[in-house]
Amino acid sequence: MIKITFVASDGERREVEIEEGETAREAALYNDVPGIDGDCGGVCACATCHVHVDPEWIDKVGRLMHDGMEADLLQFAEGTTEYSRLACQIPMKPMLDGLVLHLPEQQY
Amino acid sequence: MDSQIAEPDAAARIASIPIEEIDVARPSLFQNDTIGLFFDRLRAEEPVHYCRESYVGPYWSITKFDDIMAVDTNHKVFSSEAKLGGIAIQDMHSVEGALELEMFIAMDPPKHDQQRKAVTPAVAPSNLQLLEPIIRKRAGEILDELPIGEDFDWVDKVAIELTTMTLATLFDFPWEERRKLTRWSDVATAAPETGIVESYEARREELIGCAMYFKTLWDERINEEPKNDLISMMAHSPATRDMPFLEFLGNLMLLIVGGNDTTRNSISGGVLALNQSPDEYAKLDADPSLISKMVPEIIRWQTPLTHMRRTALEDWEIGGKQIKKGDKVVMWYLSGNRDESAIERADQFIIDRKNPRHHLSFGYGIHRCMGNRLADLQLRIIWEEIHKRFSRVEVTGEPERLFSNLVRGITRLPVRLRAR
Repeated sequence: MIKITFVASDGERREVEIEEGETAREAALYNDVPGIDGDCGGVCACATCHVHVDPEWIDKVGRLMHDGMEADLLQFAEGTTEYSRLACQIPMKPMLDGLVLHLPEQQY
Repeated sequence: MDSQIAEPDAAARIASIPIEEIDVARPSLFQNDTIGLFFDRLRAEEPVHYCRESYVGPYWSITKFDDIMAVDTNHKVFSSEAKLGGIAIQDMHSVEGALELEMFIAMDPPKHDQQRKAVTPAVAPSNLQLLEPIIRKRAGEILDELPIGEDFDWVDKVAIELTTMTLATLFDFPWEERRKLTRWSDVATAAPETGIVESYEARREELIGCAMYFKTLWDERINEEPKNDLISMMAHSPATRDMPFLEFLGNLMLLIVGGNDTTRNSISGGVLALNQSPDEYAKLDADPSLISKMVPEIIRWQTPLTHMRRTALEDWEIGGKQIKKGDKVVMWYLSGNRDESAIERADQFIIDRKNPRHHLSFGYGIHRCMGNRLADLQLRIIWEEIHKRFSRVEVTGEPERLFSNLVRGITRLPVRLRAR
């Protein structure tokens, strides 16, 4: 099991566990972490699982690729930063054990 | 789906039509509400279906949830471009004398992206929070005026009024003249055969009147400090402030139509659905905190826009069928929203579903409904305010439906209210 900490916009922290191969979106939904909607079902089609990767972790997770559906969708989301990613596009692997993801104020 | 409304022998008759002769573009099927029976057949027998001949020409129907998702998220192959026909089963720009509106819903990147980004902040969640108190107050005032215990038309007195009120709030539109917005929205999507306008010339005249009215508002707002309303935002944003006139009009119309028919029919559709599922109405009555889950379920159930259309830019295979470059491809959201392989008990209206937001009504990908959070907000407020005041909104007669293959509309819904 791999640990992820979700930090809500009000600072509240929730540590959850997820199996390797599942995504950060699923980690949030399976554990009822509020602030991730994930409307499309996890296929990179809606941008309602927007997270800000903690700067300490961004190199391990990887930055947003500039050409591709994830960037196409995130360009219309609210409150994006250079650390923005879609949680459904972050597959969990052992090197991400302890990952910290910050939730935006709202999903859009 | 709603098959109890159809004439008794409809199911047998529809079951006997040869599959290749099925044409789901006929507006009458939506008006008499037998369309669900046709989609049930297509999903079961030929989920990617080619119709050779129809009044809108040949077209592909995509009827399963996952296939629709695949088309909707592939904007590089499936174009929304107006010049190729646009986003509805009936080609845009195909009618002589009609005004050619340009709007970003019917554009491909990069122009789509620039214009959408300029307008998006107006309906972003943070801005909506600012609008919530005023929408709630105005919704309460409309509901307080309604008669208790006597029959009236819910569509006219509530659905249209509430939707118009929100649009006027969103545009900061002169309050006393707000029904102009309703009229312009109806006119924008009207063909002469609907009876809404006499001719395409008459439609053109009214839309130019609309444009002039908004131009005046635009000129006011551009000389003021930027505000949170849509016109001020468009007037001040570098991406939109120098828009050619027809584009300005087109994007305005998109926002008016996008926020009008859709929410109006979800407001009426929710009342109808609750009346058709009394157990669900009882659940709501016992626990109003279910409203936030019920709202996306209403939007799935109603599917206020039945479809969006794309044009293939290259040959592409879907569901074992070969789509050719230039073909018209119709994603039937109404059908995908009843697809049992993607949604459990899809043929039932269930207000406390586990994943109620997993539906197709807003589309997916870069053209996903920009106002989806506004729609949620508006419907949530309305149902919370209805619940405070009325123990039942009881449907007392048959609903009347719109003659349209695009807008799934309820034009009349007789109801009677019981006070709480």
